[in-house]
Amino acid sequence: MTLFKAIRTRISQGTQYIPDLRQARPKGFRGLPLIDATPCETECHSCADLCPTQAIGLNPVSIDLGRCVFCKECEESCPSGKIRFTSDPRMGAANRSDLVLKEGFGLPAIRPSETLSKIFGRSLKMRQVSAGGCNACELELNASANVNFDLQRYGIEWVASPRHADALVLTGPLTRNMREAIRIAWDSMPEPRFLVAVGACAISGGLYEAAAGVDRDFLKSVGPSIYVPGCPPHPLTFANAILDFLMPGRK
Amino acid sequence: MSGSVLVHATDLGSLATLDARAWREEIANRLQDGMRAITFFGRTSGPTAILTCVLADSQYRLLILRTEIDPRQGYHELTTEFPSLQAFEREMHEQLGLHIAGHPWLKPIRYEGGAQGSMSAYPFYKIDGKEVHEVAVGPIHAGVIEPGSFRFMCEGEKVHHLEIQLGYQHRGVEKKLLQGDARRLGPLIETIAGDSSVAHAWAYCASIEALAGADLEAGADVFRAIALELERVAMHLSGMAGLSTDLGFLQGASTYGRLRTIAINSMMQLCGSRFGRSAVRPGGAGTRMSLAMTTELSGNVGLLQRDLAIINDRFASSMTVQHRLRGIGILSRNDAVQLGLVGMVARASGVRMDARQMTHQGIYKYVPPGSPILEEGDCRARAHIRIEEMKASLTWLKEVLARHPELLPKQASLGALPPNRLTVSIVEGWRGEVVHCLETGNAGELIHYKIQDPSLRNWFGLAIAVRGNEISDFPICNKSFDLSYCGNDL
Ligand code: SF4
Repeated sequence: MTLFKAIRTRISQGTQYIPDLRQARPKGFRGLPLIDATPCETECHSCADLCPTQAIGLNPVSIDLGRCVFCKECEESCPSGKIRFTSDPRMGAANRSDLVLKEGFGLPAIRPSETLSKIFGRSLKMRQVSAGGCNACELELNASANVNFDLQRYGIEWVASPRHADALVLTGPLTRNMREAIRIAWDSMPEPRFLVAVGACAISGGLYEAAAGVDRDFLKSVGPSIYVPGCPPHPLTFANAILDFLMPGRK
Repeated sequence: MSGSVLVHATDLGSLATLDARAWREEIANRLQDGMRAITFFGRTSGPTAILTCVLADSQYRLLILRTEIDPRQGYHELTTEFPSLQAFEREMHEQLGLHIAGHPWLKPIRYEGGAQGSMSAYPFYKIDGKEVHEVAVGPIHAGVIEPGSFRFMCEGEKVHHLEIQLGYQHRGVEKKLLQGDARRLGPLIETIAGDSSVAHAWAYCASIEALAGADLEAGADVFRAIALELERVAMHLSGMAGLSTDLGFLQGASTYGRLRTIAINSMMQLCGSRFGRSAVRPGGAGTRMSLAMTTELSGNVGLLQRDLAIINDRFASSMTVQHRLRGIGILSRNDAVQLGLVGMVARASGVRMDARQMTHQGIYKYVPPGSPILEEGDCRARAHIRIEEMKASLTWLKEVLARHPELLPKQASLGALPPNRLTVSIVEGWRGEVVHCLETGNAGELIHYKIQDPSLRNWFGLAIAVRGNEISDFPICNKSFDLSYCGNDL
């Protein structure tokens, strides 16, 4: 009986992995925004006024994806239809300044790291640390290892101990109460190692910039090598950022 | 109408401020009579502290009791007689420096304010004896999850006591909420506990709409309830996948995980976010569901029903799974009531409470969702209550989607917030009741925002449930409670 039920479950499961993570465009997802290059009809500034994270610059209009929480207030308030969100999940960057999206342009492609991809291009172990993350980023990072996204197929895995980790993946705005633990985790990691900042909170403080419990000093001494925007980022955003940075050639 | 969520707005002019002694006595009497505190908090006002206790009877009829006292003088604790108040009194002590005479355990809830960064100096409880040893876990755990610290005091393998240390996730949400336009707090609210974005957003909106006198269209109410039930299904699936992993039941982990993808992708099609971000905004903005979307969502609900039945059957008939869960981490009904636990944890211990069933209007009134109860209070009951709740939510979704093939409500206009009001709104999220209390000042500005995630109360239930169990049972117990760190730490 049990065997029969196990087989029935297995059949219902089918084959779930997404064959090509680079091409996948999740239906309905609010991903990469595009800013039209045609001038605004009015000078209302409603996008910048309503943005909860001051992600928008004016003249010309820009969006800092390291701050954006994808609330779509700007898109909905704009009388000129200048800002439009697409379902493109590929928004990662290796340089912080690359996350500032400009009128009429997409995001520049991530330039693979030559040194790091030589070392980690076939195997990457990551330790995740949440420091004020709301469990949305954490759930999406967990999902990157599920049957759909299956990052393990590239040798990319979550590990329990920082001692076993090559990369520290940070979520949350970095709380003061986690300050010591983050430092201990980082110091425990063997070199070579690098830092990944996931989500608007980790990248810029996001909605919690200058909040009473936030302390971002750690980032003054250790800079992220990869930035993964979103609130929370889609597993595909994370997967593509890592793949582009470390495993550009791999299918 | 204000929708199917319980919301209570009070004109502060009509709310008596009791003398501290009478106030304390009244709270004790009402608790004695069987009411329970759904939230209890304070704020400073110049040199004094204003304390507010919100009590509810079994029908969710509310009674608000308020006093104003000198925080140095404080009052005599109520926790010894009513353990359900322990977290509230600790929180008031921490936030206001309130003197609560005689309180047995004023451990900080989250180390906020000046106490930040001092957590590692905390002296945990100690027990002595030859056979006794301690195990420290955290704040960073061995998985992709939030931080929190657990200190086990064990005799051999047996857990004598567990002390939970939280606060690592403290960001300062409540203070942030007092900045900026109170009607535009949606994005911040959705990050209080990101896995309960819809529940918190709805509680917030209900209060704002009650304050601003917004006339919410029925369609917006239906849409919110659909999003809330989808959130419940998604997080129960996530919890079942996690529990299966901890049980070493890999087929459960992968299958529940796969089904969760369907649930959250359905949410994404409604609002662009797998976590329901932007789905619920004051006045009903963002709530639109075309015929095509409903059809697709209905199809996904059907798919979930079909495949869930298969894996649930497998879960229920797997001897190793059932054996591993049965009799582990028992929380008695009496303990659940005494500790004031809420939500699915309480319902798995035989306590009947569900805010969705107490509403007098809106979609939950016309299509009441099923609210299963299990009696055993062990890990098995807390797993199976989630299975039963998913089934109930999917049945409910099927019916509601059939009744409402299209939801295109117009945005209700939101006036300015009136001065000197207090609102309480209660949403039955997947963990339990989410309570938001907002208070406006003389100019209609927000002067206080109290957030109450169910986790604040339920964490202590976990500490009690693991007593007497093996330390290796802890991961299963913890997962079966599935509590929020950030929702507690704020
Ligand atoms: S979508 Fe991003 S840029 Fe636009 S208003 Fe929201 S946070 Fe700002």
